[in-house]
Amino acid sequence: MNWVEFFNMGGYAFYVWGSFGVALFLMGAEILLLRRRRKRALLRQARQAPKMNVLKENETTT
Amino acid sequence: MARRKINWYKYTSPASFYPLAGKLIPFFAVLSAVLLAAGLYVGFFVAPTDFQQGDAYRIIYIHVPAAWMAMFLYVLMAVYAGLGLAFNARLWSMMASAIAPTGAMFAFISLWTGALWGKPMWGTWWVWDARLTSTLILFFLYLGFLSLQAVIEDARRADRAGALLALVGGINVPIIYFSVQWWNTLHQGASLRLGRTPSIAPVMLTALLIMIAAIWMYSITVTLMRVRSIILERERHAPWVAELLGEAK
Repeated sequence: MNWVEFFNMGGYAFYVWGSFGVALFLMGAEILLLRRRRKRALLRQARQAPKMNVLKENETTT
Repeated sequence: MARRKINWYKYTSPASFYPLAGKLIPFFAVLSAVLLAAGLYVGFFVAPTDFQQGDAYRIIYIHVPAAWMAMFLYVLMAVYAGLGLAFNARLWSMMASAIAPTGAMFAFISLWTGALWGKPMWGTWWVWDARLTSTLILFFLYLGFLSLQAVIEDARRADRAGALLALVGGINVPIIYFSVQWWNTLHQGASLRLGRTPSIAPVMLTALLIMIAAIWMYSITVTLMRVRSIILERERHAPWVAELLGEAK
């Protein structure tokens, strides 16, 4: 299979890759944003309950 | 491992659903990645070029799954929101909130890919046709649900207001689904319909079905990820959260 021909999509490259590109980008971005949201929630929790988490970690590092 | 009788009711509480969702996420994530790779492979390398639409038809492999998912997710969101409202169950309302952003994203993707497909095939990005307009309304309903929840500070009040909007807006879903039958539209009829022979070739159908399965698994994965964050954010003062995170670290 010829790759140039493949990416050309029979002259519809803009429409086909524009569709899949945006869709896959948004899905990837959603995953990254969700990971960040989880990290933030965990950090906030750690700050809120210093006795539970942060103190323990400090004790082990010193 | 001994077989135990599972108490399903137990999983309607955020405290017990949180770890269950955590265990399920890797399974659905792997499944969605594998199916997505397989679907794209079959769709681009195995399925032949369409004799009428050339390679532009391949947009179907993202357009149809996204459009279906946007509709299914709306129904799911409305059902969860309704159950949360009727039974005053926090977890179900949280599930509705967790579904909404992904549903909005798929509604947007279906409009976007539809425009990119419409331009070369119909000669226009957009027409005010029944199918397209009702899908645009679906997108706005999602945005309405999200902004309503964002502006109401009290979580339970936001849940109730969101549930009302989701349930009333539910009338739009059958309108989208049947729009191509009820009105004479530019949008083509359904490629797949229950109880009918599909109107597309078997290889193309295979690729489409794999992509639909992939998008389903993806949606389950991100919904579970999001609901876990929502649980953490909303239940942060609950003793079980402190206990759980204390153990996990």
